[in-house]
Amino acid sequence: MRNALRRAVIASMAGGIVLLAATLGAAQAPAYRAPRTADGKPNLNGIWQALNSANWDLQGHAAGKGPVASLGAVFSVPPGLGVVDGDEIPYLPAAAAKKKDNQANWVKLDPEVKCYLPGVPRATYLPYPFQIVQGPQNILISYEFAGAVRTVNMGAPTKAPGDSWMGWSNGHWEGETLVVDVTSLMEDTWFDRAGNFHSDALHVVERYTPRSADTLMYEATITDPKVFSRPWKISMPLYRRVEKNAKLLEYKCVEFAEELLYGPLSKKPSN
Amino acid sequence: MSHRSFALTAALVAVVAALSVALLAPQVATGQNQSSAPKATTAGKTWTPPRTPDGKADLQGIWSDNTLTPFERPKSLGAKEFYTDKELADLTRRVRAGENTEGAELGAANQQAVRYDLELYGFDRTKLRYTSNRTSLVVGPEGTVPPMLPQARERNAERNAQNKGHEFDSYANRPLSERCILMNQERIPMTPGANEGNLLQIVQGPGYVTLVHEIDHSTRVIPTDGRPHIPQNIRLWQGDSVGHWEGDTLVVDTTNFTNLTNYRGTGEKLHLIERFSRSADDTMIYQFTVEDPTTWAKAWTAEVPWTKTKGPVFEYACHEGNTMISTILRGARVSEAEAAKKGK
Repeated sequence: MRNALRRAVIASMAGGIVLLAATLGAAQAPAYRAPRTADGKPNLNGIWQALNSANWDLQGHAAGKGPVASLGAVFSVPPGLGVVDGDEIPYLPAAAAKKKDNQANWVKLDPEVKCYLPGVPRATYLPYPFQIVQGPQNILISYEFAGAVRTVNMGAPTKAPGDSWMGWSNGHWEGETLVVDVTSLMEDTWFDRAGNFHSDALHVVERYTPRSADTLMYEATITDPKVFSRPWKISMPLYRRVEKNAKLLEYKCVEFAEELLYGPLSKKPSN
Repeated sequence: MSHRSFALTAALVAVVAALSVALLAPQVATGQNQSSAPKATTAGKTWTPPRTPDGKADLQGIWSDNTLTPFERPKSLGAKEFYTDKELADLTRRVRAGENTEGAELGAANQQAVRYDLELYGFDRTKLRYTSNRTSLVVGPEGTVPPMLPQARERNAERNAQNKGHEFDSYANRPLSERCILMNQERIPMTPGANEGNLLQIVQGPGYVTLVHEIDHSTRVIPTDGRPHIPQNIRLWQGDSVGHWEGDTLVVDTTNFTNLTNYRGTGEKLHLIERFSRSADDTMIYQFTVEDPTTWAKAWTAEVPWTKTKGPVFEYACHEGNTMISTILRGARVSEAEAAKKGK
């Protein structure tokens, strides 16, 4: 009877493995299941921050000299592996030329220098924290830089009343992931300090997926048929600011850009 | 098959079956559905607000503080703190008919103050209304802000004197609102603007209440865990706010203002206590107490009813669209050049 027993055990184990495999395939069980808010949604509440050099350049890049010699290494360009899937940003030919021009003149042209609102997705990976406050009908995302803010509508999608710097955000849940559809973005924002740009046809779909208790995985798919030949995607982890009483502080940078913007219009001291 | 092998097989199948049931179980939402029905009220209360999922009073929504009630009581009313309903109805009728009454805060709707035809922007005079029976938003027998202390008068006079004759020299000489650093209607304490659709959106999450003012997209993310203020040497234009709940009332304490914030001539010792409580489905009572021992001998309090309203809340990109500063400064330089030419 030993052979029959062995055969029975092997058969049931094989059956079990097949059942298990089928189960795993069917449920697509994610690696991590976040704690829930009181209304049963994945809990994304908290202060988060990206830790990379994406704001310098979305694509992989070596370290480089900064634009201001007197600031030396302090304001030099740190290196980065890049956050773009495939490391390629698929510009249409005319747009590729504009990108090169942007990059060569970025200090003059980058809206971040003027303390302009950063737009989406750049607001996410500026080197400053942002805070997610999750209400049942709306999710607020408050960014430290320039007091930028977005309200993500979690009800039935609504239409934007007009174009804006931070766009119009409609969100919904797909399992563990918060999916945010961002439209009606003005063309005046950039993706980074390397001159990567877009038109007013920009459409961004973001995905925020809890990865562990203190990390999220952030992905953004960028579509803009006026500038790019196909959609492309960036992805990066976001890290929770875990210090006690972590708080976003005021970063009203308008003051710091005024000399640049209005200095030439100031009264010159009379001789 | 033997009895023992059957049992072993059954056990293995049971384990695998249990595992697959666990994995296949739908990820149901935990937590009860949010109830919007008011709970049983205690004696004396007429309305209890709905709860957020984490059990706090729900203050969420889009609110407007628009009102005809003036900030300070007109002198002719003396110590009269409240209008009767009849008096209010009469005043409302007169204001809507186009009269400029002393007891109404008309602001930009004031016929003498018209610079823009506000009807082009959707302003409808027939919608002007009082939101309170009070004769002024400042409460109390006087209904006015206390007189300034001599030291505050001197401090402000000195500041004005420094700027006198230099008002158009540079951006630094221009008002904070013109520079899009601190618009008047984004300041705290929050007070009604005249006829401006300055909406306020409240979103609540666990441990936080957030207020987004449409004007200059001014955002306050207020922790409600009663934590201490940030260190005293960190000064912010809008100060540092910490909140806690007293029953269904949100109480917010703000300090750490800069010495240039200058709310009504105050200095950096400005201390603001705000109370938010929802008195009806469409009404929030916003009450605030202001104190600054270097500006007033005593604290004073104002009460502003808010009304629930429909959005959308627009993005107000003040700085990005600011052509005012450059135009004003350029104009000043042109004037100076012309004056210099004439002088030659």
